[in-house]
Amino acid sequence: MIDLRPIAIRTLLSALLVTVLAFGQSAQAQDGAALFADKCATCHKPDKDLTGPALKGVEDRVKDKEALHAWIRNPQKVLASGNKYFNDLYIKWNKVPMNANPQLTDEEIDAILAYVEAYQPKVAGNAGGNVVVEEKDNSILYGILTLILAVVALVMLQVNSNLKKLADEKEGIPAGEPVPFYLNKTYIALVVIILFIIGGFNLTKGLIGLGRQQDYQPDQPIFYSHKVHAGVNQINCLYCHGGAMEGKHANIPSLNVCMNCHMTVNEYTGETLYRENGEEVDGTAEIQKIYAAVGYDPASKQYTGDAKGIEWVKIHSLPDHVYFNHSQHVAVGGVQCQTCHGDIQNMDVVKQFSDLSMGWCVNCHRETKVNFGGENGEGNKFYSLYEKFHNEIKEGKRDSVTVADIGGTECQKCHY
Amino acid sequence: MANKKYWQSFSELNNSDVHKELSENEFPESLPFEGTDKGLANAPASRRDFLKYLGFSTAAAMAAASCETPVRKAIPYVNKPENLVPGVADYYATTYISGGEAIPVIAKVRDGRPIKLEGNTLSSFTHGGTTARVQASVLDLYDTARLRHAKANGVAADYEAIDKTLAEQFAAVSGEVVVLTSTITSPTTKDIIKNFLAKRAGRHIQFDNVSHSGMILANEATYGKKAIPSYKFESAKVIVSFGADFLGTWLNPVEFQHGYTAGKKLNQNNPTLNKHYQFESIMTMTGANADARYTHKPSEQAAVVNALYSAVKGESVTGVSDSVKEGVQKAAAELNANKGAGLVVANSNDVNVQIVINAINEVIGANGTTINWAAPQLTHQGIDSEMAALVADMEAGKVGALLIYGTNPVYEYFDGGRFANALSKVKLTISFNDREDETSQLCKFILPAPHFLESWGDAEPKAGSYSMVQPTINPLFKTRPFQDSLLIWTGATETYADYIKTYWTAKLGGDSNYIQALQDGIVETNNNVTGAAFNGGAVATAVAANAAKKAAAGLELVVYQKVGLGDGKNGNNPWLLELPDPITRATWDNYIIVSPQVAKETFKIDLTKVGQANDYEINVMKPLAKVTVNGKEVELPILIIPGTEAETLAIAVGFGRAKEIGRAVIAQDGTPVGKNAYPLLSFNGNTVDWHTANVSIENTGKKFKVAQVQTHNSYEGRREVIKETTLKEFQADNKVIYNERETELHHFGGIENFVEEGTLYPQLPKPGVKWGMSIDLNSCYGCGACVVACNAENNVPVVGKQEVARFHDMHWLRIDRYFSGNPEDPNSIQTVFQPMLCQHCDNAPCENVCPVAATNHSSEGLNQMTYNRCIGTRYCANNCPYKVRRFNWADYTGADSFANNQQPLVDEGSMDDVVLMMNDDLTRMVLNPDVTVRSRGVIEKCSFCVQRLQEGKLKAKKENRPLADGDVKTACQQACAADAIVFGNANNPESEISKVRAENNLRVYHALEMLHVLPNVNYLAKVRNSDDISNSGVLSAEKHEPKTKPAAEAHH
Repeated sequence: MIDLRPIAIRTLLSALLVTVLAFGQSAQAQDGAALFADKCATCHKPDKDLTGPALKGVEDRVKDKEALHAWIRNPQKVLASGNKYFNDLYIKWNKVPMNANPQLTDEEIDAILAYVEAYQPKVAGNAGGNVVVEEKDNSILYGILTLILAVVALVMLQVNSNLKKLADEKEGIPAGEPVPFYLNKTYIALVVIILFIIGGFNLTKGLIGLGRQQDYQPDQPIFYSHKVHAGVNQINCLYCHGGAMEGKHANIPSLNVCMNCHMTVNEYTGETLYRENGEEVDGTAEIQKIYAAVGYDPASKQYTGDAKGIEWVKIHSLPDHVYFNHSQHVAVGGVQCQTCHGDIQNMDVVKQFSDLSMGWCVNCHRETKVNFGGENGEGNKFYSLYEKFHNEIKEGKRDSVTVADIGGTECQKCHY
Repeated sequence: MANKKYWQSFSELNNSDVHKELSENEFPESLPFEGTDKGLANAPASRRDFLKYLGFSTAAAMAAASCETPVRKAIPYVNKPENLVPGVADYYATTYISGGEAIPVIAKVRDGRPIKLEGNTLSSFTHGGTTARVQASVLDLYDTARLRHAKANGVAADYEAIDKTLAEQFAAVSGEVVVLTSTITSPTTKDIIKNFLAKRAGRHIQFDNVSHSGMILANEATYGKKAIPSYKFESAKVIVSFGADFLGTWLNPVEFQHGYTAGKKLNQNNPTLNKHYQFESIMTMTGANADARYTHKPSEQAAVVNALYSAVKGESVTGVSDSVKEGVQKAAAELNANKGAGLVVANSNDVNVQIVINAINEVIGANGTTINWAAPQLTHQGIDSEMAALVADMEAGKVGALLIYGTNPVYEYFDGGRFANALSKVKLTISFNDREDETSQLCKFILPAPHFLESWGDAEPKAGSYSMVQPTINPLFKTRPFQDSLLIWTGATETYADYIKTYWTAKLGGDSNYIQALQDGIVETNNNVTGAAFNGGAVATAVAANAAKKAAAGLELVVYQKVGLGDGKNGNNPWLLELPDPITRATWDNYIIVSPQVAKETFKIDLTKVGQANDYEINVMKPLAKVTVNGKEVELPILIIPGTEAETLAIAVGFGRAKEIGRAVIAQDGTPVGKNAYPLLSFNGNTVDWHTANVSIENTGKKFKVAQVQTHNSYEGRREVIKETTLKEFQADNKVIYNERETELHHFGGIENFVEEGTLYPQLPKPGVKWGMSIDLNSCYGCGACVVACNAENNVPVVGKQEVARFHDMHWLRIDRYFSGNPEDPNSIQTVFQPMLCQHCDNAPCENVCPVAATNHSSEGLNQMTYNRCIGTRYCANNCPYKVRRFNWADYTGADSFANNQQPLVDEGSMDDVVLMMNDDLTRMVLNPDVTVRSRGVIEKCSFCVQRLQEGKLKAKKENRPLADGDVKTACQQACAADAIVFGNANNPESEISKVRAENNLRVYHALEMLHVLPNVNYLAKVRNSDDISNSGVLSAEKHEPKTKPAAEAHH
């Protein structure tokens, strides 16, 4: 499935840009914002140093507007001309050359500068509020109800037995020694049976559930939000978890993968994040934790070489006697990540969506169809081995082949 | 009713005090609660105790289980190396190095750990074959006994400090600086040694513990070349070997197996085979595969070689026994009939014997056809007399510094004690061995060299065939390559890694060629060496010298190498120690091999008498004997091996090690495993002799436990298990095996209809893949490379001697060895090897009896074993007709999360310490992460390497293509140098397995086929180029007449 959202957003943005350009100066600030995002934002921020210096106040620092324009259009040329200010700047920023932007018009550059000057950092607001919806737990109510009903039943039974006693007396049948209800064998048997059933049920359930940890949602050393990455920013799962295409492990990405983006994305400006307990998360501080782990000094933009791996808490754990291969499912089967991992793009903190039990695996293997292709066998060529099934499809005896049909529920597909 | 009193006893009637007391006390004795002072394991627990403990342990387990699931951490790389995906294996070409031996291999590296070695198929001489030792060597990398840092005078030291001290000491050395190594085939290492010695007065001595110097000197005398040529067994139609175990231990078995097997592959429509004569004193593995085998006393070897020389020249044969004479004449006739296609080899280290061998080869036209001087073998270059001279010089104080690398003379030299004394006279002694072995212990400095899997390097096992060594893992310990040390001490600034790169980049002409060479692992050049001309000048003297050797009277001793352990350089390898010897089927020890005659005379065991034979066979306690050789005494148990010459004893080298070698070489009682046999060698002034006359043996009356995995030696003529025939019979009627099968299956519909008519049950479809394996008994020589490969691939546990002795061995693949013939006539003994593994029966008897369906059948024809479902009833193992299912009696590989949980069993003596060695975190790094480590109480068995099958299928799926033949190879198949095993998808008519079965349909059979278990493993019947099948497969003194030929037609 192709995700159309980025395309839509881009189309919208360009449409906006065209509109803005058409309306001229009046929309300069927005024009500048778009241009800034397009041309400058990879290396600059208005209010913070990035690969290049913070741009706010640049017009105060460089009074000569023409020189500034020349610099933006072709920095190499300005450097070559021997301009002291820019040469000093160049040396100060570790001689990282700036991209040339010869296509920018004066108006456009002005628009960018205007945007930079007018830029106000977003105040991380509490717009959404912090309404904690308490989940209603009705079990106490049910418990009380059960208890009342049990008492009523007990009273009724007692009344019944008293009435019987009265009736017996009337008819002259001699009554035995009265037995208190807690010594009544019927009651004792009843209680024992009920306790046995409840205990047995819970014991069995507990044993089956041993080692299973559905909904496991541990605190991680870094408040990493899948929602921000995979949801809001639409980063493909496989960008970080590329191992899922190649081998058995999807793999937690190594820190150099994080740094691909976080080299420049050094602060969090998105919607406020909250922990489970409602505590607010400082996204920017969390990003700093990556720098600490990877040994990166954001001030000097240098790696210090003092790196230390991040100890993530593993959430999805299969027993040692289970062989599971991501690439079989993702690369060959084309299974979406969400099928097993749930709505991961909406999870701030990942939790285990499936119980990862054998029954759960087997059910899917029974239902999932294998890429056999239709009558012409245009599916995966590996399955050409299964002549019998291909013939049956051709003859119309079956319309599809499930994983179980080709042995996907046999023990040694996963246990060896 | 009257008040009648009943009484049971007089005491009750009299109401005595005793009765009163008894009636008050319900139980007359105190309840049998044992004190726990003896420990739980030893207490004879009563039923009540049992219930008590059961209750407690259940409760404890519940309590433990209800604890929270442990938190697992996952730590990704900080900076992941490119092209590395955790969980996906990488393969690097490198080279197995052990002493002079060098075999090109591919190392499988999973997540930074090498876990399996395969042969490099690009090599033109190994063709991807390996030996058991190559397969096992990956375990040596993780050996807990390896030195973890350098040592100076017994204390840990860092290399810089040592370098500083040594610089002073080298300057102060008076006398020679000698570099003593095993054979070095690495051109760069040789250069570095040369440069090191160039600045000093000194020499480089290569010492081979298993030397071929007799051969080298003979070649110098007759061919003018101080080297060993290549032998092309593939071109030989007639092969005569005098004691040379060329399929097992002699020179380069991988190459020779591959060549030899070419002559053992049979075309059923035009059946021909090579003919192999073996003249020897003990049953070697090669002798066991010979078509005709003649035994003689070790001291007679020279005479027998002379006899063959006379015979090939057409002269009369004298000086040998009648049986040998017959053999010599037959062999000579065949050699002469196949001029240019014959080959004669000998294991003798005697120069004169080897000169006559060369002369024979010259007469039969072998030089230039089967003997190839264009590519000499460089793996054995040591000259025994040079070593002897060095020891004399050391004693005389002429040697000022001795650098020892890759060799361990205190242990391996025939006079190790003398070497040790001489060593103490050398002022500066440095060892580069990887552990504190017998020699290193006596050296002042130990600078451990890394394992070959951690090293850079190169090797030239054959002239012009180079093999690269590259590291597959960061060094585990603070080791430093030998070459680095020499470079530093020479004053060079570059490391050996740089040196290699510079050397090879220059040699190959460019970086990209060097990278390509590293990737291939192989560089093969034409070295423009032409053949060598024969010069017969020395022959007459040699013949006379041989003739002058008098055959000794009385017992003689042969010292030999075991096929598994070899020369003992990998002495601490539990996989090799537990690998059953192909001939004796014994593990973990060395022993004295005796002939049935010696057994009868000295130990009163008559193998021809059923009762005594059974007694000897079933008891693990074997008689302990004392052998006296030249005044040296050795006490070892005996094993009676038919086929051993009547007056010959044999002891293997490689055992009796110092405790610093590692945990595996120490027996349970703290003494070394086995005895060192190197001191039993002798030096004749020129070369080292591996046999000695004037030996005596006596029965000590004591017994010693020997752990054998097979005790019965004969297949008792059960042709449903083993089918063999002679070439002559097969040529006369190539349906001889087929007809026999037809007769066996006649009542069940015959071969054609057997599958359907042999059963009441319907056949289940196998759509898609159906795995099948074919094993050619003609080309299985019993070497055991497959067994160790299987151990490494499938995490097969090591159980130790005590457990093997109880038949708790765990090997998924075993090679059954059966003898037939008359045990009193060693020449009549024939041997057959049969690899036995799970047959993956389509109608498996094990599956029906499992109460929990832990073993069942897959749609691909696999007999699946599901460990996590197994409850350990062992019904399946009982019901398996092939006895290939193994039960985990203990937690051998540390599958439980409790560390050292086998310690109590080791302490109480029911298990060996080696199990704990295999439980060590370091050793466990060798485990294959794709295969479950089995825990106690479950059955396991061959899975057809299902992890490889799954991986191969997945690879094909990802590449969107049908499964190809090469996608999947089982570990045993890949290890085999003789291509005896073929595996693949039998549903595909184009696959190799289908073709092999079709092309050999007249030899195909299944073991115990008539049971209708429908195995997916088939065998190809053995066709011997012998005169007859000895005793119809029975090992007995009574002559068994061959059964009447099955006449299938008679039934129709």
